[in-house]
Amino acid sequence: MQQFTYRRASTLDDVFKMPGRFLSGGTNLIDHMKLDVETPKAIIDVGRLPLEKIEKTKTGLMIGAAAKNADVANHEIVKKDYAALSQAILAGASAQLRNKASTAGNLLQRTRCVYFRDTSKPCNKRQPGSGCAAIDGYNRNLAILGVSSKCIANHPSDQNVALMALEARVHLQSAGAKREVALNDFYLLPGDTPEKETVLREGELITGVSIDAPPSGSKSYYLKLRDRASYEFALASTAVVAKVSEGRIERVRLAMGGVGAKPWRLLEVEKMLEGQNASPELFARAADLAVRDAKPQSMNAFKVELAKRCLVAALTHITKA
Amino acid sequence: MAEEQKNQQDAPIKISPHAYVSQGTEDGIKVYTGKAVPRIDAPLKTTGRATYTTDIHLDRMVYAVPIGATIAKGRLKSLDTKAATSMKGVIGVFGHGSIGPLYRVAPGEGMSSRVDETRPPFEDNVIRYYNQFIAVAVAETYELAMAAARAVKATYEIEKPNVALDLEPEDLKKSESKRGDARAAFEKAAVKIDQTYVTPMEVHNAIELHGTVASWNGDKLTMWETSQAVGTHQNVIAQMMGIPRENVRVITKFLGSGFGGKLWCWNHSPIAAALSRKLKRPVKIHVEREHEFTNVGHRPRTQQRVRISASADGSLQSLEHDYTTQGSMLDDYKENCGEVSGSLYKVENCSVNSSLARRNQGVPTSMRGPGAVPGLYALESAMDELAIALKMDPVELRILNDTQVDLSNGSPYSSRKFVECLRLGAKKFGWSKRNASVGSMRDGDEVLGWGMAACTWQAKRVDASVSVEFHPDGKCKIISGTHDIGTGMYTVCAEIIREETGLPYDRIEVEIGDSALPPGPLAGGSMATGSMIPATIQAVKEAVTRLKTAATKWEKSPVYKEKPDDLTFENGVILSKKTKKKIAYDKLMKEFNLGIVTGAGTAKGTFGPSEKGKPATKSFGCHFIEIGWNPLLARLRVRRVVTVIDGGRIINYQPAKNQIEGAIVMGVGMALFEQAEYDARYGDPVNKNLADYIVATHADCPEMDVTFLDYPDKAVNEYGARGVGEIGLAGVAPAITAAVYHATGVRVRELPVKVEELLETRS
Repeated sequence: MQQFTYRRASTLDDVFKMPGRFLSGGTNLIDHMKLDVETPKAIIDVGRLPLEKIEKTKTGLMIGAAAKNADVANHEIVKKDYAALSQAILAGASAQLRNKASTAGNLLQRTRCVYFRDTSKPCNKRQPGSGCAAIDGYNRNLAILGVSSKCIANHPSDQNVALMALEARVHLQSAGAKREVALNDFYLLPGDTPEKETVLREGELITGVSIDAPPSGSKSYYLKLRDRASYEFALASTAVVAKVSEGRIERVRLAMGGVGAKPWRLLEVEKMLEGQNASPELFARAADLAVRDAKPQSMNAFKVELAKRCLVAALTHITKA
Repeated sequence: MAEEQKNQQDAPIKISPHAYVSQGTEDGIKVYTGKAVPRIDAPLKTTGRATYTTDIHLDRMVYAVPIGATIAKGRLKSLDTKAATSMKGVIGVFGHGSIGPLYRVAPGEGMSSRVDETRPPFEDNVIRYYNQFIAVAVAETYELAMAAARAVKATYEIEKPNVALDLEPEDLKKSESKRGDARAAFEKAAVKIDQTYVTPMEVHNAIELHGTVASWNGDKLTMWETSQAVGTHQNVIAQMMGIPRENVRVITKFLGSGFGGKLWCWNHSPIAAALSRKLKRPVKIHVEREHEFTNVGHRPRTQQRVRISASADGSLQSLEHDYTTQGSMLDDYKENCGEVSGSLYKVENCSVNSSLARRNQGVPTSMRGPGAVPGLYALESAMDELAIALKMDPVELRILNDTQVDLSNGSPYSSRKFVECLRLGAKKFGWSKRNASVGSMRDGDEVLGWGMAACTWQAKRVDASVSVEFHPDGKCKIISGTHDIGTGMYTVCAEIIREETGLPYDRIEVEIGDSALPPGPLAGGSMATGSMIPATIQAVKEAVTRLKTAATKWEKSPVYKEKPDDLTFENGVILSKKTKKKIAYDKLMKEFNLGIVTGAGTAKGTFGPSEKGKPATKSFGCHFIEIGWNPLLARLRVRRVVTVIDGGRIINYQPAKNQIEGAIVMGVGMALFEQAEYDARYGDPVNKNLADYIVATHADCPEMDVTFLDYPDKAVNEYGARGVGEIGLAGVAPAITAAVYHATGVRVRELPVKVEELLETRS
């Protein structure tokens, strides 16, 4: 760990007075600082700002940036109306981590690629231009969708997959301005600049995440597949929000985790499914479409098949009477 | 000698008034139903008062953080320490040529001076494996030492490392066991299997990291160490420091698990000792999690060819077990995979051959059930494949080939209840309901797989010395330099004293884990419990004889002038068999002015191959396992395990069961998750942390049903207790892969089982 200055912001105005990396729950940033993967000179602790509320709004739900993962997952409204979000958070990390980790921190969770975490290895995401050790290395867990020749890291979060299917919006604030970005537009693909992961501007703070309630009669579900039963990142996961009546899929929103360079929204698949009657054949076609552009790496071709089964199982579950 | 042994076996169970009497039976098989005593050290551990090695804080103590090479082969050219040493509070960066003298340990056999990494740290500038320590940073605080270590820049002459997965026999080829003509018998046999099985490199990954606090006082060195063998550690450190062994004291009061990874001295420890000598200040060091993968041993990768054949009725005709295990560049540790191949079954023609393939990887070492655990994965997998080829029930195949003689040396088994284990296990599991066709059994979306495998482990003893003290306040203390590595030894010691004296637990004290105490057994090879029993019995006997004698010498004693032989000692009371008069020993000691009454006991070890004419002593058992494979979710889980163990007499059911259950969970990890993944370009394990090196979690624990048979084996010791620390891990992995085959038709011959291998199957 390198020397750094630490400052705690107690009001929103404090935040923008000095430059620095924002610290919230610390479950990701501090790990990376211990490994010298991140070496910020200045830390601004925003974890105690009054941004921890989870509130019902006219159109749905507003989750404060500092709301703890555990509080979101166990919130009565979330469990009832946004079940996939609760399930996704509870499928991730451990109880201890969820008690510390925040909603906004999770949005910015960084990849678990082993080379990103090891400063003795090349990594374009950590050190632009140094190369990608993963492409010819250990890549079993990494992405098959949205990858580039510079980076094949996957996005590790569960929460964000559910938020993607719930079409969440990210609320941002900087010194002089506020703005909102749809979560689907929040993340960037690696392309030639894998170090740039989101559209966040210098000094811009996430203040919250809003979700419009899905149409009445909708259900949601999160399915996570992994080697062991707990405390492991997804090999593949699916979040689905759907309204189904008498076997007909009226509306569906889908996102996948574990397989993409970012939480992977399946817009084309959604269009293909809407208006159709649920059937194994339909889901098989949906699964094929979902992975049509997959670029499996040397060790993770199995993820293509795994992603398909995950999607089919989630769709089967949500469309069951 | 043989006659003596026989007499010992025929002798009645321990004469103590508290002698244990076998009671339970099931289907005519004796089953342990004895007591479960909660651990006497549990309150200390659950309230955080148990002091572990790196909990030790000494005045003026400094912190050392070792620096690992970031290449796996080559030479260290230079170290730039300027940035590190210019930090305020950093004491220095030390290494080759600057840490002070560090000597080699004289090579030799046996365990008393064993060290698996024989080269002392920093001896030369040659890098033989990734993360080999090249220097150590020392500072006033841990954080500063860490920052200094990170700030040191090394340059290297880099060579391409060899971490190749395929293990060709290269070095130390040896015939481990041979009888008959296995080659010819295999060629002639009606049914045969010829397969190669692979187990990956596994890492012990005890939650407590290795660590040392070293402190010199003049020419005397005290080491608080994470050790399973304080006596061996004392000998090794004395040699590495070049000082008499009497000048070294090694203390391990509590251990956060070792699994064999803390049996022998690793480089962090002499580094701490040498630094402390040089700086004249106490030094604390601990091994980072990343270095746990490379610098403190691991279970090496193994590649094992098994050729096994049988006649059409299932009688084994031949067994050939040829294996190569990963070795390091300098040292000769070889995983003894064929350890049990020559002895488990009745097969006249057998040959077992071992060899080593050297790699630029850390030095391997014993890991729970070394040899037998990976070896039985291969042998028991081949037995399952053979049963299928024979269209025979795998349980019946094993029963048919049972033997009461260890055919590797002709010694009869002292007590082998393997068939009883199999029959009881099958019954408890419901094996008779098995439909042997692949994929034929279901529960909802899950395809069920049923598999079974045998387990066995040696039952030996090592040298043990014990001292037992009686005190005038009524306390009785047992003292020995043995260890509780989480296995329950504190409680076992108290239990032996309770059985020998009849005293309640609250009057018994246990002091262990210190090389200054009478040399006790190391905590390895499942031998500690069995070794402690004879020495303790002897020590109690000597001390009690002194008490009895004292009782006859004191004029005011109710048994004055009686013969000591006419007295008994029960529940702390000396009682005359003749006159029925009695006196409590604490009263006697107080009134006869005795401050302490001590007895010493020693017992020789039996470790090594069975001597001619002496019985073979081993434990046996079996696992029956149900897995669930959900093809829709590509999800594989172990659902339930039924285990039956023939481990002689059980001393305390609770920790014994805990040992077996913990081993089963470790076996689930071995079968499905654990593997150190090396990147061949850099020669380093890339998953060197506990998020990427996957072990079983609580959620992965199957339902477990553990039964101990109850056949005390008095060829091992007076109680007939064999020790159960390792046997539970043996056989779990092949039972799981047999179950995976039953569910999916996929035979996994390289661990761990990964979902990608099963995805093609859609039952």
